[in-house]
Amino acid sequence: MNQGFTIPKFQLPGFVARLGHKLPQWPHAVALTTALNAAVKMKLLPEDSLAAFDGKTFLVQVLDTGGQAAFTYRGGFFRPLWNPVGAPDLAFRANLSAFLQVASRQEDPDTLFFNRELSIEGDTELGLIVKNMLDAIELPQLPKFPLSLPFGQR
Amino acid sequence: MDRSSLPDLVCPAGSLPALKAAVDNGADAVYLGFKNDTNARNFAGLNFDEKSMVEGIRYAHDKGCEILMAINTFPQAGRVDDWRNAVDTAAGFGVDAIILADVGLLDYASKRHPNQRLHLSVQGSATSYEAINFAHREFGVRRAVLPRVLTLAQVEHVIKNTPVEIEVFGFGSLCVMNEGRCWLSSYACGESPNTVGACSPAKYVKWDKQPGQMETRLNGILIDRFADNEPAGYPTLCKGRFEVQGETYYALEEPTSLNVLEILPEIIKIGVKAIKVEGRQRSPAYVTQVTRTLRAALDALTNERERYHVKPNWQAELSKVSEGNQATLGAYNRPWR
Ligand code: SF4
Repeated sequence: MNQGFTIPKFQLPGFVARLGHKLPQWPHAVALTTALNAAVKMKLLPEDSLAAFDGKTFLVQVLDTGGQAAFTYRGGFFRPLWNPVGAPDLAFRANLSAFLQVASRQEDPDTLFFNRELSIEGDTELGLIVKNMLDAIELPQLPKFPLSLPFGQR
Repeated sequence: MDRSSLPDLVCPAGSLPALKAAVDNGADAVYLGFKNDTNARNFAGLNFDEKSMVEGIRYAHDKGCEILMAINTFPQAGRVDDWRNAVDTAAGFGVDAIILADVGLLDYASKRHPNQRLHLSVQGSATSYEAINFAHREFGVRRAVLPRVLTLAQVEHVIKNTPVEIEVFGFGSLCVMNEGRCWLSSYACGESPNTVGACSPAKYVKWDKQPGQMETRLNGILIDRFADNEPAGYPTLCKGRFEVQGETYYALEEPTSLNVLEILPEIIKIGVKAIKVEGRQRSPAYVTQVTRTLRAALDALTNERERYHVKPNWQAELSKVSEGNQATLGAYNRPWR
């Protein structure tokens, strides 16, 4: 699996987050829900997991970019939430590098959770369903390209 | 030592990508379970339905890797047929072995499927050769997975006195060494591995983030409190910090992982037939990391020219994925019995 590159653990400088907070947050939610809906359409996400998401609210927060996406799943679609009220049913918070490492299957979410690099709050069972659903998706073979990042490595 | 005399590397899979990761990274066998309470990792969204199982079995067999099916919980009153059906389905799929814990189910499987290879699960809690030989005599059990409670010398004693192959744990999160008999989770929430196939089911778990710390609760019972930079563990009672006589500490066990890299040559010398990795609940990334590390360590033993020594990058890879970020040799090297 993607031996071609590894994503180092990095943290973006603080000003990025301060800047990020000032930007509108909806593009993140739109991008994420569009991707999720594409996955639903491709039948990559199992029905039983999706059924458990119905009416639940989610928040994905990237700590070091200051970006966040709030969304829900209703009537067969993931939808951005423009004005989320109250605490979400499930919130994931981590730095960008941790999200990238999980997304590329380079690190196990449990590992990051034990190391306190990934925080999961809210409905624990819902969190487990999300995690296991993402784990079970058969990823297409990722292209192998060298990725170099201008940040200090561990 | 040639490769055929090495013990089998038995790796966990909770999903098809994890199974493929195990096969591709050098597992000799992969163990899995159905998406229900007939196995001890019955977590939401985990495990295999029929479709993914058929594909997984084909993938493994094409690459010469065995599939072991864990049906290792205890049939619950009034629902015995669910467990029997699971045995029949697994046998029908042509799995290489079924891992069972319950004596009644072993009896059923051995009569109904006399040619099916049967393994005795760690949940069956057989720690003596007498218990293992009983399972061999009565149900034709061919392999037993030893609970993580024995010293290396005790494991050797078992091996010397049984015709049954012995499988031991090589890596993974530790229980409080009371395999198959722990009811702590039921005490807190009425459900435990032997009844519903999960310790501390997620629906009872609450991670509560507060400024500077995180609290873990199981059905309302405070289990632990972590400072922001402190490593966390699974929300099980055995790994909680409790106040005992005015002192708050890990009263039962600290979150740790077992790691046998250091004693791998001894384990092989005493005749262990298979080494098992814990963690069907973990991701494909974990399976990849642990499988390739243990494969490299085992293969290093076949190198005649070099003396075996634990490479720092193996230890680094394994300690990274460890629960609690620390690893022990568990019971294998404890001085008392
Ligand atoms: S409470 Fe601990 S020892 Fe008991 S089953 Fe759960 S993890 Fe194992």
